[in-house]
Amino acid sequence: VENVRLLDRLSSRRAVVGTLYLTATHVIFVENGSETRKETWVLHSQISSIEKQATTATGCPLLIRCKNFQVIHLVIPQERDCHDVYISLIRLARPVKYEELYCFSFNPKLDKEEREQGWKLVDLNEEYNRMGVPNNYWQISDVNRDYGVCDSYPTEVYVPKSATAHIIVGSSKFRSRRRFPALSYYCKSNNASICRSSQPLSGFSARCLEDEQMLQAIRKANPGSDFIYVVDTRPKLNAMANRAAGKGYENEDNYSNIKFQFIGIENIHVMRNSLQKMLEVCELKSPSMSDFLWGLENSGWLKHIKAIMDAGIFIAKAVAEEGVSVLVHCSDGWDRTAQVCSVASLLLDPYYRTMKGFMVLIEKDWVSFGHKFNHRYGNLDGDPKEISPVIDQFIECVWQLMEQFPCAFEFNERFLIHIQHHIYSCQFGNFLCNSQKERRELKIKERTYSLWAHLWKNRADYLNPLYRSDHGQTQGTLHPQIAPCNFLYKFWSGMYNRFEKGLHPRQSVTDYLMAVKEETQQLEEELEVLQERLANLQKSQSGNNKIKSKQQDRSKQFGLYTSNNSLANTPQEYSNDLKSFPSRSPSQGDEDSALILTQDNLKSSDPDLSANSDQESGVEDLSCRSSSGGGCLPSEDSGKDSDEAVFLAG
Amino acid sequence: MEFAELIKTPRADNVVLHRPFHLAVEGTLCLTGHHLIFSSRRQDNAEELWLLHSNIDSIEKRFVGSLGTIVIKCKDLRIIQLDIPGMEECLNIASSIEALSTLDSVTLMYPFFYRPMFEVLEDGWSSFLLEQEFELLSSVTNEWRLSCVNKEFSVCPSYPPVVIVPKSIDDEALRKVALFRYGGRFPVLSYYHKKNGMAMMRSSQPLTGTNGRRCKEDEKLINATLRSGRRGFVIDTRPLTVAQQARAKGGGFEQEVHYPQWRRIHKYIERFHILQESFIKLVEACNDQSHNMDRWLSKLEASNWLTHIKELLTAACLAAQCIDREGASVLVHGSEGTDSTLQVTSLAQIILDPRCRTIRGFEALVVREWLQAGHPFQQRCAQSAYSNSKQKWEAPVFLLFLECVWQIHRQFPCSFEFNEHFLILLFEHAYASQFGTFLGNNESERAKLKLPQKTMSLWSWVNRPDELSRFQNPLYEANSLVIWPSVAPQSLQLWEGIFLRWNRPSRFLEEAEEERIHIIKYNKELQAKVNALRRQLAEMETDGEVQ
Repeated sequence: VENVRLLDRLSSRRAVVGTLYLTATHVIFVENGSETRKETWVLHSQISSIEKQATTATGCPLLIRCKNFQVIHLVIPQERDCHDVYISLIRLARPVKYEELYCFSFNPKLDKEEREQGWKLVDLNEEYNRMGVPNNYWQISDVNRDYGVCDSYPTEVYVPKSATAHIIVGSSKFRSRRRFPALSYYCKSNNASICRSSQPLSGFSARCLEDEQMLQAIRKANPGSDFIYVVDTRPKLNAMANRAAGKGYENEDNYSNIKFQFIGIENIHVMRNSLQKMLEVCELKSPSMSDFLWGLENSGWLKHIKAIMDAGIFIAKAVAEEGVSVLVHCSDGWDRTAQVCSVASLLLDPYYRTMKGFMVLIEKDWVSFGHKFNHRYGNLDGDPKEISPVIDQFIECVWQLMEQFPCAFEFNERFLIHIQHHIYSCQFGNFLCNSQKERRELKIKERTYSLWAHLWKNRADYLNPLYRSDHGQTQGTLHPQIAPCNFLYKFWSGMYNRFEKGLHPRQSVTDYLMAVKEETQQLEEELEVLQERLANLQKSQSGNNKIKSKQQDRSKQFGLYTSNNSLANTPQEYSNDLKSFPSRSPSQGDEDSALILTQDNLKSSDPDLSANSDQESGVEDLSCRSSSGGGCLPSEDSGKDSDEAVFLAG
Repeated sequence: MEFAELIKTPRADNVVLHRPFHLAVEGTLCLTGHHLIFSSRRQDNAEELWLLHSNIDSIEKRFVGSLGTIVIKCKDLRIIQLDIPGMEECLNIASSIEALSTLDSVTLMYPFFYRPMFEVLEDGWSSFLLEQEFELLSSVTNEWRLSCVNKEFSVCPSYPPVVIVPKSIDDEALRKVALFRYGGRFPVLSYYHKKNGMAMMRSSQPLTGTNGRRCKEDEKLINATLRSGRRGFVIDTRPLTVAQQARAKGGGFEQEVHYPQWRRIHKYIERFHILQESFIKLVEACNDQSHNMDRWLSKLEASNWLTHIKELLTAACLAAQCIDREGASVLVHGSEGTDSTLQVTSLAQIILDPRCRTIRGFEALVVREWLQAGHPFQQRCAQSAYSNSKQKWEAPVFLLFLECVWQIHRQFPCSFEFNEHFLILLFEHAYASQFGTFLGNNESERAKLKLPQKTMSLWSWVNRPDELSRFQNPLYEANSLVIWPSVAPQSLQLWEGIFLRWNRPSRFLEEAEEERIHIIKYNKELQAKVNALRRQLAEMETDGEVQ
């Protein structure tokens, strides 16, 4: 469709005209007439809703909201075209078969072996061994070998050694969807563990001997402690309501040596509405500070984030400080339980705060234990009531922790954002389906690629420059504060206003430090070479032309890094301006190469994310809107009208 | 008066000091004329706490049996608790602190007694003279002159003795204009934008009154800053209704009929007690240890603090935009021209002028736009957020400015030569200090108090290389561009460094800062080494060739 206008959400005056293409996998908008040929790519699987608004004199508006929080506002001249686009997108955005998803057509040009290697990067067997199981207390159980006991559990689960197959099967019959207690995390140093399950089918008075034995077995697997905590992550009211349906929670009188605790994390429906409300706040046009803060409070989002964090903190404290094992469950044990277990693990074990460890953590607590990715993130057309930002909340918890413990994590914010993106993108097979069983049936590993390998390949982009493995913060358990005035929970604009670059800090400390560290590495290498050569020269004073030419090469190369470095210093938004107004480049190096370097930076990390060049277009739009930094040239005055609007409107 | 008269119990033993995120320490408490000193006796971790009495905002005492407890709340927002055995000792100490922290006379303040323990390399009192500023200006334009019309502080008591005004306006005219502006604050140059020759002026409101008085000299003065055919902007920091109401009290605003070349924009910036209340509410929210997120957010919102930040930043961006983008001259004023006016003009300079983002340039800005421009520091900073005495003129005007600088700093972390600690330092010293810099309400008072002769300047201390190194931003790389901050709510954050400073475990953030410094330092060292080696090699190679 031609002559489509792409509107800027914040300023109606800043619209661009271009052509809209629909392909089998993407919506592509290509801007007219610009030399750089700016493109906006959106994966169909990212589309969360499409809204056709009333036709106006200028055309028919179409609003596309994406799961990665991008909002695209198009105006299509002909009502009929708009309708066609709308109908096609509705169909394309809601595939009914897994085979329609992008990961089955996505081909990063890797051979079979590389693909298999990619899937082997994260190995849960290795992970359990790293934790220290199997050992005297824990063993692997094959009771679920053919998914015979629980079809949403993995085939291999760790259970206490004293729990016989009889006990496990018995216990599974007393638990929702037969999700019996299984090991999530084992703390080598004191034998305390985190186990997970679903709610017991206790109703008002039902008991199950095997289930009671199962909990006993978990306690016995930690000889240092004479009780275990049973943490029900639901609000007490919800849990009690479940009793009427024959489900419920553990009665302390029936189970010996347990301490029962409610945590009060709301259910997926509350969370879905909460996110919806918060996104409405993000979408407000020039909100006042109190509109924003009131909206944020009213959405309850940060309250929910805090509830999840508090639960994680409670469990981590029980395990690390009290040495007590914890059994965590909610209703089905695949949403809140996954959130809480993974936050606790992250606090407890520095390994999960490394890049590899974080992948393992998601694989362990989310993928293998049957978090319903397909239902929660709406990969296939399904019940909208099943959709909920469960893992988004976990990812945000990690970010909030990163803000409090800036040196504790090996990865940076971009890593989290890209993982969030791919949970919805369906470009890789990792997060397809609702369980391990379904993934095996679909032969995901043979037919799609693994995200972890992709991220690992680009790991340089995801490093936190402040992380040092020998640093104090990277060791041991993290102890975050609990009160909001001690642990400032912030609105994560890097995520929820991700595509509005103008709202973010214009200079990124992380990028700057990464560039410096990269340069440092170059310097280290060069220093070594130079020292070697110096030694050689001192030995024989005969100058050698060959070496000399090599030296020139090196210094040229070096110059490039410096220029990259100072470009990082320039707010990235201005990089487009830099090209049009080279005189403004503060760098002493070659501007073009420097420019390419930044674009590389954007692109290399993730072809789809940034070939999706809306990142760049967003950059340009905003740099003008917020009356960009440069402003050295009067020719830039074109931007002034809307600039004024921005500040005058406020 | 002798301080000793106020100190009945100069020393108490077995006192226990409680602070958030620190273990309680036992030690000895001493009172001197200006300090409260606590020293722990533990050998392994000898620790001393020195607190200026003038830093104490409020004090509460309570008793459990004969054990007295004093809670001291400071102007820098810290709260400490002292458990003092002995009812009489505790009462004595409390009443001494109360008396010593509320001394009436400025000349009894610590700066008049402070003797520096460091060598003065440069006298801060003469580091930033307007004459030097003018010299710089003369090198780019000759449209301005230095006027000594206010030499005896007779034309405008809150202005410095020298000011910069358009060359075409003589002192006689300035005297007339002064009569037409509130408090005699006639329009003077605040900032000259070298890039396009546009000027930012500041003044107080014109005294038009209800009958629309006018002053030809005033019109001529501000028109002198316009290029022919171009318009200028008057940024009035009051809403239109307030400006209109001001006419009834003799004030007013520039009316279009008399100022046809000027477009007036009203940007509301809150003042005085509203700001102070907002400050008090925010600090109260930050000390609420409740675990409830809703309560925290609603208190944060109810304080309105971030709203004030957003309004102020927006007004400053607008002023900067008029100058840089519209190519227009700007006149900024509110009512008195000593508060919101200065906030706007100084922030606009942070945005426009890279020099103001250096340490020295920022100091010069504070001196020029706040101290010399007559912001009444002594009145505004007499009490901080914990005071329960009745407010008079207190308002966190300067703190708001510092926080806006911090907000811009956060968005452009590589464009400032100074770090967050430098801003915090200025906040602390504006409220309580051993230096005389922030004493008095204007230059006239400072001259009468003979501050430059009798007290030490903050700048004399801070500009010593040893001190300076603590305030340098490791990420700084000079950025010659205009920097436009985002004023969207999503882009503004609570300044934890001030408001949660004593309420959060700071270790992890400090470690991060150290790591940043380390990364940059190591890089620079390597660079130096590599360059040295390269040079050495080049020399050896040429030597080799010569041979």
